[in-house]
Amino acid sequence: MSDFHRGVDNALKDPQIRKNFRHAMDGLMAKRKVAFADTRALEQLRRLSAGIRSNALYHLPELLQQLEDNCLRNGIQVHWAESIAEANGIVLEIMRRHRAKQLIKGKSMVSEEMGLNAFLEARGIECLEADLGEFIIQLVGEPPSHIIAPAIHKNRQQVARIFKQKFPDIPYTEDIDELTRNARGILRDKFYQAPVGLSGVNFAVAETGTLCLVENEGNGRMCTTIPPVHIAVTGIEKVVARMSEIPPLLEVLVPSATGQPITTYFNMISSPRKPGEKDGPREVHLLLLDNGRSRIYQDPELIATLRCIRCGACMNHCPIYVRIGGHPYTTTIPGPIGSVLEPQKLGLDKLGILPTLSTLCGACGEVCPVRIPLPKLLNRLRYEGVREQPGGTPGSGALRSRRDALVWKLWSSIHSRPAFYRFVSKAATRLRRLTPGRLGPWTRARTAPRPAARSLHELARQQGFDHE
Amino acid sequence: MTGNRDYPQRPAKVYFFGTCLIDLFYPEAGIAGMQLIRREGVEVIFPQNQTCCGQPAWNSGYREEALEVAWRQIQCFPKAYPIVVPSGSCAGMMRCHYPELFGAHSQQKKALEFAERVFELTEFLVHVLQIELKDLGEPLRVALHTSCSARREMAVSEEHKTLLRQLQRVELVEPERTEECCGFGGTFSVKHPDVSLAMVKDKADAISRSGAERLVSGDCGCLMNINGHMARRGDGIPNQHIASFLWERTRRPDDE
Amino acid sequence: MSNARTTILSRLTSTRPDLPQEQPVQSEQEIPAWDLDQRIEKFSSRLRSVRADVIVAEHEIWPEKLATLARQRGFENLLYAPHGPLGGQIEKAWGDNPSLPRLISHQKEIEAWKEELFFQIDAAITSTRAGIAETGSLVLWPTVDEPRSYSLVPPVHIAVLDAKDLYASFAELIKIEGWRRGLPSNALLISGPSKTADIEQTLAYGVHGPIELIVFLLR
Repeated sequence: MSDFHRGVDNALKDPQIRKNFRHAMDGLMAKRKVAFADTRALEQLRRLSAGIRSNALYHLPELLQQLEDNCLRNGIQVHWAESIAEANGIVLEIMRRHRAKQLIKGKSMVSEEMGLNAFLEARGIECLEADLGEFIIQLVGEPPSHIIAPAIHKNRQQVARIFKQKFPDIPYTEDIDELTRNARGILRDKFYQAPVGLSGVNFAVAETGTLCLVENEGNGRMCTTIPPVHIAVTGIEKVVARMSEIPPLLEVLVPSATGQPITTYFNMISSPRKPGEKDGPREVHLLLLDNGRSRIYQDPELIATLRCIRCGACMNHCPIYVRIGGHPYTTTIPGPIGSVLEPQKLGLDKLGILPTLSTLCGACGEVCPVRIPLPKLLNRLRYEGVREQPGGTPGSGALRSRRDALVWKLWSSIHSRPAFYRFVSKAATRLRRLTPGRLGPWTRARTAPRPAARSLHELARQQGFDHE
Repeated sequence: MTGNRDYPQRPAKVYFFGTCLIDLFYPEAGIAGMQLIRREGVEVIFPQNQTCCGQPAWNSGYREEALEVAWRQIQCFPKAYPIVVPSGSCAGMMRCHYPELFGAHSQQKKALEFAERVFELTEFLVHVLQIELKDLGEPLRVALHTSCSARREMAVSEEHKTLLRQLQRVELVEPERTEECCGFGGTFSVKHPDVSLAMVKDKADAISRSGAERLVSGDCGCLMNINGHMARRGDGIPNQHIASFLWERTRRPDDE
Repeated sequence: MSNARTTILSRLTSTRPDLPQEQPVQSEQEIPAWDLDQRIEKFSSRLRSVRADVIVAEHEIWPEKLATLARQRGFENLLYAPHGPLGGQIEKAWGDNPSLPRLISHQKEIEAWKEELFFQIDAAITSTRAGIAETGSLVLWPTVDEPRSYSLVPPVHIAVLDAKDLYASFAELIKIEGWRRGLPSNALLISGPSKTADIEQTLAYGVHGPIELIVFLLR
């Protein structure tokens, strides 16, 4: 069994994971349904949002330049990084310039993608996660299992034990309000002291040079307000053309992610502290990361991948994700969008199995707020994995095996030769009592299907259905 | 009830695409489907050269092989008659995916025209034939499983229910999490058998708990999956394709 | 660094595919046509549903109500902006009443009094620029007088909103106020006290931002 299958298997067999995820996903699905009760309005909103994102992608190079111009004019420093190594280097350089040994972080999937924490820690810089979910899993050195709720795989007893272990002076409690209050106290100190704060970006508005952030806790505002230096990291695809496009995106993002109508805070940052202002960072840096996105951009079908606004609705509705959680995917972003995005970034040779981890049931595509055709893209990547002439996706063709190719050639041989097909099925019906009881993985948990006594072709002919 | 596509007037003749699964494992469902249509006064033609819609290869990424087989199917149905398909999955393949499969093909126009003529069985019965069923059976509690393709690609879950609700002595029960996939997914069930098993187990539990005496579906792949598991673990219930069930409930002695 | 920029932009411009446009972006969302009473109702119920307090008060008497509330709640102090839009009214209502919380103000940058801000302030009060009825949101453009930290750090944030500044939706607000022309260093929508559902998807209030939000809605 490969590492991947072992990971999946372990998750399937873990009753805690199964229970935690089922409970969490059911809740998120139900809340979303209530929030989007008017299905007609929802469909209009999805179309509008898909249009906004598609148009932004179409104009991406111009919008990036416009964003940069306006940010610079506002006093925000703009950095570009093609690779993760470059991006980490830029953050390190900023930290070193300020002789900063500590970085306090709001939630940022891009920083996970960068492996930023490990990179900085190896160079003597402490990275502190301030988002409660990220804070909890950082205490036990685990990666997030969901892009919106990183500690979704932990129940309160597990969290209580973690707190007690890491903060022995604080009395043990499983009460969620108390746990939250404790975290508030611990992190308040850190916000107060930290020399540099880091955040992600939900939307970067080109028109005004504004970085927009959604959050409920306030840690994002803390990281972007109190420390004297703020670094915002984002993928290049997060640009939006105009402020007027923000309300529909917000209206579709938040309920898709958590079922709320809006998050507690919507934070719009356009410049560092101006003369006369009493607070705010003195320096604001925007780091634009490529890491394969500009290559994905070049494929007219796969470019839809870049519309993603990271809401998590697809994984909330995925019947596979709910049963294994995020970790078995082994990627920064799990679930359906992860299975489409990550193989394109890291290669089908490494992650080609992910697009097959789906029944193509379509639940994901149905809820995607920006109408990414996820089942279609999953199918496309399956093709990319096994095609004979490699395409543009890294690792294209890496999953093609001679045996499989032969099997499908045989299959198409039989099914494109009607007389031969009828002969084979007639044989199967006549020999049906010889059907093996064991048919590989299928019959481990199911009875073996047995051919009928007569095929439909035969019966149709007998009953006069086969000619005009 | 209006559907979500334009439906033609009742035709004099239709083609029937049986699907390879029904051909070999559930031929009675194919016959029942054709009989239901013929009983309404429409001539049904089953071209003998049909084989498979090509979905297994398409979903495995072997597009050339899928295309080869798909092109053969299109050629079996040359006249401008509707093509009725007793499967949301196969209908979905032909209607929703053939246009893409044939994207660069010289015969793309033919493929598009073909796709326009494809109807899943229950939507055809409800919207084109406006069928009215008379239940001649005994009271029965029935669980319906709608395949993901029927639900999301062909959007015919309401049509499935409409037909079952026409049967006066049938009580339709809805298992929990009725919209969740049963875990078949074609090759998925052998490629990722443990995840598939986890899914079919939950589906089977839900059906068991619903108190249904019969399981009915518009897709035989799902039936084979769900019933295969329930039978193996010992709580299998009688199960049929919806066409077989409707024919059984409404068949009069002098029906053919 | 400029290498990355050039490479990325040239890759994006060189092989840009023809993208089919989805819905034309020009189609705008409908702005709900609510009158003032409806807007007040929607705004208040939304905020109350997330444990914010909404106190509807008349323009003349709200400072008294504030004083009463502050005393009842037992705040030791109240951080405010003497030169902000509310400063005068608050000072007038306070007079030199010793039973009321001590009014605190600073004209310095927060670095000079950070410890006090973080650990000694009980409550802070700010004005607001506008409100949004649909989502129950306050709109703040922090100023030199009322910095961002006031609505972030202290455990209680008291906000004052004039009901006539209540827009129906965010889209309406952006359009009418012309936000496309540019925003200040920081602009905020605040839609309740801070919260999280990170543990077992269960809502808990008062994480890093204010534990309480109290809104005086003036009409």
